[in-house]
Amino acid sequence: MSQSSTKAERQEGGPGGPDFKAAMATRYGLDRAFTVLVTVAALVGVAVLVVLLVDVIQDGSGMLSLEFLTSFPSQVFPENGGIYPALIGSLWLLGLTGLISVPLGLGAAVYLEEYAEDTRINRIIEINISNLAGVPSVIYGLLGLGIFVELLAPVTGGGSVLTGALTLSLLILPVIIVATREALRAIPGSIREGGYALGATRWEVIWSHLLPMALPGALTGIILALSRAIGEAAPILVVGVSLYQTYATAGPFDGYMALPTQIYDWISRPQQIFQDSAAAGIVVAMTVLLLANSFAIWLRNRYQQRS
Amino acid sequence: METEKIGRERKVSEVSREQRDERQKDDGAPSGDGLTLGMKIRDLSAFYGSFKAVTDVSIDVQANKVTALIGPSGCGKSTFIRCLNRMHEVIPGARAEGHVMLGEQDIYAKTSDPVIIRRRVGMVFQKPNPFSKSIYETVAWGARINGYRGDMDELVERSLKRAALWEEVKDRLKESGHGISGGQQQRLCIARTLAVEPEVILMDEPASALDPVSTQKIEDTMDQLKQSYTVVIVTHNMQQAARISDYTGFFYIENMGDPGRLWEFDETEKMFSNPERKETEDYVTGRFG
Repeated sequence: MSQSSTKAERQEGGPGGPDFKAAMATRYGLDRAFTVLVTVAALVGVAVLVVLLVDVIQDGSGMLSLEFLTSFPSQVFPENGGIYPALIGSLWLLGLTGLISVPLGLGAAVYLEEYAEDTRINRIIEINISNLAGVPSVIYGLLGLGIFVELLAPVTGGGSVLTGALTLSLLILPVIIVATREALRAIPGSIREGGYALGATRWEVIWSHLLPMALPGALTGIILALSRAIGEAAPILVVGVSLYQTYATAGPFDGYMALPTQIYDWISRPQQIFQDSAAAGIVVAMTVLLLANSFAIWLRNRYQQRS
Repeated sequence: METEKIGRERKVSEVSREQRDERQKDDGAPSGDGLTLGMKIRDLSAFYGSFKAVTDVSIDVQANKVTALIGPSGCGKSTFIRCLNRMHEVIPGARAEGHVMLGEQDIYAKTSDPVIIRRRVGMVFQKPNPFSKSIYETVAWGARINGYRGDMDELVERSLKRAALWEEVKDRLKESGHGISGGQQQRLCIARTLAVEPEVILMDEPASALDPVSTQKIEDTMDQLKQSYTVVIVTHNMQQAARISDYTGFFYIENMGDPGRLWEFDETEKMFSNPERKETEDYVTGRFG
């Protein structure tokens, strides 16, 4: 400590003359303090996740097995029960939601960023999309109930997994749109001009240059959005997820169970065995999430390397 | 047809300026292919919204010549050159009025398709803007979307050779166009423009962001390009204009807030030795600007 203070004194008489007080000890002190602060901030997030994981793995380890993954839940023999239909249902939700929301989201973002002129209507659309990102998810459930379950029942089959996916798509569209627009906006205009100057149409520039360049950024948004979608319980509860069914979802018009609602169902039961099942269910849900995210991140890195 | 073919296929680098001048006297015709067109610009004005940036420019751009546009900053040179391939209107609110004849066709006629015009009148920008693709793909892309049916490898090689870049990149065609130096990137952009086989090439200060060595290479390239193409170049560098161009146009704004005008236009030699107008002389002798 004394060493650094003599260094500071020497510096005070150094370049810059008597009008400068370098105060190096204080400045380096602040530097160190800030380093500690941000490191702690980063560790808190990781620590919470680790504690959560350790806790659920401990609780769920008794139930976790291959059988748990391939069995139907059971009230009579809960120790033999499993998560199979909920897992399959959630995978259906994930896949269908991705299929619906990604093209729609990319399309809307391309329209707003590349085609839309600065008119009143377009500005209203923009403000609306930003606001929609903040609407509580259960409200989307009610919207889905009105539109997809009732109004469009002949098309969606009522409370089918397709309805669930459509509802979740509405929920995450704003996030995908906003992320993709940001990514498109970050591409310098000179790329567009370079394309046009070769005799390219707008669509050719968008397809060959803008979308590939925007994809890493868009994928970040898509990862976050889809993760949120398969973790949601409230909206699908409103649009008719099954809390129990005797078959696994096999098509878009089938009924479906889902991981978050299955976990919710188990955890609301007092018996210890259901609590353990819930913990095991959480481990499965998080694994699905992790795998899906890893795939998306791998995809993103592949595109980033190419560009 | 015969001379046209020779003009296109002759290794441009093997022909020196003297030889070319000889041949021009013999044929009485430009040495490039007979297809090369000039441009006749009549009463061209350019606007950004309600602001008039350039007013009433009329020039004949000669085929197989380099025409340089000089003038102080903000006097509308870049805006003007962007009007020659309908790139100006890409900017929201921007539009142009007047006539630009490419051969017999008015590129501002209702029947003219800007996409086709831009293929025929290529453009190289101030800052190198290679695509986020490999070197090969950057050159091939324009040709591919325009329906090129020939041998793509051959076209890419020929275009890179004409842009004097082939030797430096031939072993790394699959690598990203962003991984090469700024000067190389600019020559890559020239190669990409050549690959769609335009008739006119517009260059908007192509060397302003480059070091002297790269600038030299681009100037050498230009000297060869005019055998097959008509070249229009905007430059801030007077020596460059004097070195490379056959004709020079001087853009000038008399009073602040006025639109830019073409103040004087003539053969480069005359513009730099004995211009008609005092402002031109002041500018080319470095008294202002």
